[in-house]
Amino acid sequence: MDDIVIRAKDLTKVYHMGEVEVQALCGVSLEVKRGEVVAIMGPSGSGKSTLMSILGCLDRPTSGEYILDGETVAGLTDDQLASIRNRKIGFVFQSFNLLQRVSALVNVELPLGYANRPDEGRGRAAEALREVGLENRMKHRPAELSGGEQQRVAVARALVNEPAILLADEPTGNLDSRVGQEIMDLLLKLNHDSNTTLVIISHDPRIASQAQRIISIRDGLVERNTQ
Amino acid sequence: MKIRRVLVGTLTVLVSNKLRSGLTILGIVIGVAAVIAMLSVGQGAQNSITSSISSIGTNLLFLSAGSGARFGGAGVGGTVTVRNVRPLTMSDAQALQDPYQAPDVLAVAPILQGGNISASATNGQSTTTTVYGVPSDYFSMRDETLSEGAIFSDQEVNIHARVAVIGPDLASTLFGQTTGLTGQTLRINGQTFTIIGVLQSKGGTALGSSDNQAIIPITTARDRVIQTPGNYVNTIYIQATSANSVTNASTEVSNIMRMRHHVAVGAEDFSIFNQQDLANTASSIIGVLTVFLGGIAAISLLVGGIGIMNIMLVSVTERTREIGLRKAVGARNRDIMVQFLVESLILSLLGGVMGILLGWLIALTIGRIASASGTSLTPAVSLNAILLATLFSAAVGLFFGIYPARRAAMLEPVEALRYE
Repeated sequence: MDDIVIRAKDLTKVYHMGEVEVQALCGVSLEVKRGEVVAIMGPSGSGKSTLMSILGCLDRPTSGEYILDGETVAGLTDDQLASIRNRKIGFVFQSFNLLQRVSALVNVELPLGYANRPDEGRGRAAEALREVGLENRMKHRPAELSGGEQQRVAVARALVNEPAILLADEPTGNLDSRVGQEIMDLLLKLNHDSNTTLVIISHDPRIASQAQRIISIRDGLVERNTQ
Repeated sequence: MKIRRVLVGTLTVLVSNKLRSGLTILGIVIGVAAVIAMLSVGQGAQNSITSSISSIGTNLLFLSAGSGARFGGAGVGGTVTVRNVRPLTMSDAQALQDPYQAPDVLAVAPILQGGNISASATNGQSTTTTVYGVPSDYFSMRDETLSEGAIFSDQEVNIHARVAVIGPDLASTLFGQTTGLTGQTLRINGQTFTIIGVLQSKGGTALGSSDNQAIIPITTARDRVIQTPGNYVNTIYIQATSANSVTNASTEVSNIMRMRHHVAVGAEDFSIFNQQDLANTASSIIGVLTVFLGGIAAISLLVGGIGIMNIMLVSVTERTREIGLRKAVGARNRDIMVQFLVESLILSLLGGVMGILLGWLIALTIGRIASASGTSLTPAVSLNAILLATLFSAAVGLFFGIYPARRAAMLEPVEALRYE
């Protein structure tokens, strides 16, 4: 298998805001190896959120080439992109994005439901929650959990389909620094234990410094790519 | 199972928004209830009219002299004006009983009828009434039942007995009561008659009240009450062997009568009126009315559907982030679409079921009120109406759910996730 999980070449993205064209990405190229921990940094407006959307297959680049885990993503239909997100990408968001009405377990089951493997559901979801240390909180609803616990549920949901990459968009942004560090430790441990590629988007240098490599984005371009 | 997962998810949403779901459903409940109530009351009215007509006997034919239809085209002969109309006679009635020429005729009853004939009791009360001179077969043909006493026999007809069976209205006008009258006497057209029976009340029917009447043997009537030249009679009642043979019997009667009166087809000087024709006309009028009322009720169902669409649009907007998240973890556009469609479908179907129950209740209440005020009306909630209402509410849910669901499905995942 290819050792490079993310291979992006000359990615550009142009938004049309009415009459005005906004160039969010101006030709970003980057590669991420399997099992690597990479931080993408940059001030707000630098284009890092756009980059994250494209890497996460939530959006399409205006031009450029993107190969994720051996599959060329450009030119895929909405449904094909949904399938790729489902199988290959685990998302962790700043604001957790859990369904408030249902238990932690049901939240973690969500991606399994959209994969065509519903039968493994309960078991795999419970296992994922155990991996993030929430075996005693499975039946709790998000409102009954602390912020750190909610983010752990989100991490378990991201893991449940065994994705090729874990995309964490400011995963500690809504947490205090101690709890934030716990989440970082958890993500790094998961990377260490199961060799899951980890891409963290953050503007916090203390978080980014824990990655093996930092890619700095500014004005839609890769400014620095440091080991 | 995938379906189960969608259903469970949907129910969770609906239950966590009880008040909103309830109010949304209410629109459909009212719509469906109105449709069901209208249709079933209409059906009940139709049944009641049909049965009040068939209480006269659906396998009856009425033969009367003169061309043209008394009841809107029901007669034979059409609009051709026929001169020299021959009246019906006792021998016409005799001829119709020929089992070879008229095998589908079961019984024949010639009727001598007189209106506005004075009737008085020995206590001095007097009134006018309709007098029917009939053979004894008449009672069974008309399905007349007595509240007391007995009908007169063939024997009493033969001996020109002065006996009478009177209607309950006539009884109460003359005697102030409808019971204990057997054996009492009354005067009809100045002649003394002994009351031998009182008719069961038929109430006001589609054909008007038939409770103010006196029925006497046809022989006695001809002698003493209704003088006619010769052996003339007003009407001949013909009973077919069954409701299915009415048409055949009608043809046979026409043939015999044409021969006896020497008239050609199309120039008949008699007309035959079929009981079924009137029943059909009446029930088709009610049918049109029912559809009309049901249509009006369906408009409220439409309004309910718009309510569902409104709430679903709100729901989609509220859950934009959820939609974004679902798409991020792999939901296809179709999955989102199905999720919201199922939601509106469940809302409308739930409303449909509750509406059917409520409509049923309303129909029963209307039936109670009607029977309390003396009109017999049993609302009939038909399976068709229930199926129609269920299908219609499901269709409303689907139709008004499609737009919000499409809107949800077409959301861009990035924008949905960033939605505040």
